[in-house]
Amino acid sequence: MKISEIKSILEADLICGEEFIENEVFTACGSDMMSDVLAYVKEQAVLLSGLVNPQVVRTAEMMDMKCIVFVRGKQPDEDIVELAKEREIVLLRTKFEMFTSCGLLYKNGLKGGCGV
Amino acid sequence: MEPLVLHYDVSGTDFTCAGEASGKIKKTLKELGFPASLIRNVAIAVYEGEINLVIHGGGGVIDAEITPECISIVLTDQGPGIPDIALAMQEGYSTAPDNVRQLGFGAGMGLPNIKKYTDEMIIESEVGKGTTIRLKVFVK
Ligand SMILES: Nc1ncnc2c1ncn2[C@@H]1O[C@H](COP(=O)(O)OP(=O)(O)OP(=O)(O)O)[C@@H](O)[C@H]1O
Ligand SMILES: [Mg+2]
Repeated sequence: MKISEIKSILEADLICGEEFIENEVFTACGSDMMSDVLAYVKEQAVLLSGLVNPQVVRTAEMMDMKCIVFVRGKQPDEDIVELAKEREIVLLRTKFEMFTSCGLLYKNGLKGGCGV
Repeated sequence: MEPLVLHYDVSGTDFTCAGEASGKIKKTLKELGFPASLIRNVAIAVYEGEINLVIHGGGGVIDAEITPECISIVLTDQGPGIPDIALAMQEGYSTAPDNVRQLGFGAGMGLPNIKKYTDEMIIESEVGKGTTIRLKVFVK
């Protein structure tokens, strides 16, 4: 699935990373616990999170993720956006909550893969 | 060949900057052309260690030594120390306070995760004096 399709499925706003929006991603995970993302996530390229702080971007950076979706309409501040731009990570914001966001993407063919 | 030596100070009060050193180490390894999977393993391990420096150790330093054969990382702090290292190494054991959990950490997964992503992990710690964690990842 292209990141641009994630954007339209989730009726999301693009915060940054327009130049990467046609890149393909195959798997995603959703978590507010960065500890769990670091410990359990394998190759997922998309991180959905209700947590908004710089460590969400750092975590994605360390794990080579391509896109972060902030759920429940959460808007990251300018520092977070700057961090993501430097790391070439796409940031999206959707008004849907976590469960609904994950469900919509899963239904449309994006796979999970979280787990040990 | 001389090893490449890197040194970073990690603030114990600025959670916003936590991960800065790990990001720089990751970038350096990328520029040196190491395999992506190895870079990721090192990055995750150092980042977990850096977060621990900030949330448990009161800040500290990270030293890295890079050769074509091995990436060595040493994380040092003068924080409270770890009274029971075997216990701290258990998955799920955490003394992180609620405010750390609200930031997305404190699941007690960091130390076991560091172990998982490195070839060598040695913890030296003395209560009241501080903690040193030595990591090695070999380039296979
Ligand atoms: N540098 C340190 N100084 C003092 N105590 C530490 C240090 N690093 C770890 N600890 C202790 O070991 C425990 C386990 O650490 P670990 O990194 O596994 O989990 P955590 O940091 O609590 O949570 P997570 O890493 O999942 O966010 C910590 O809760 C803390 O009590
Ligand atoms: Mg930790």
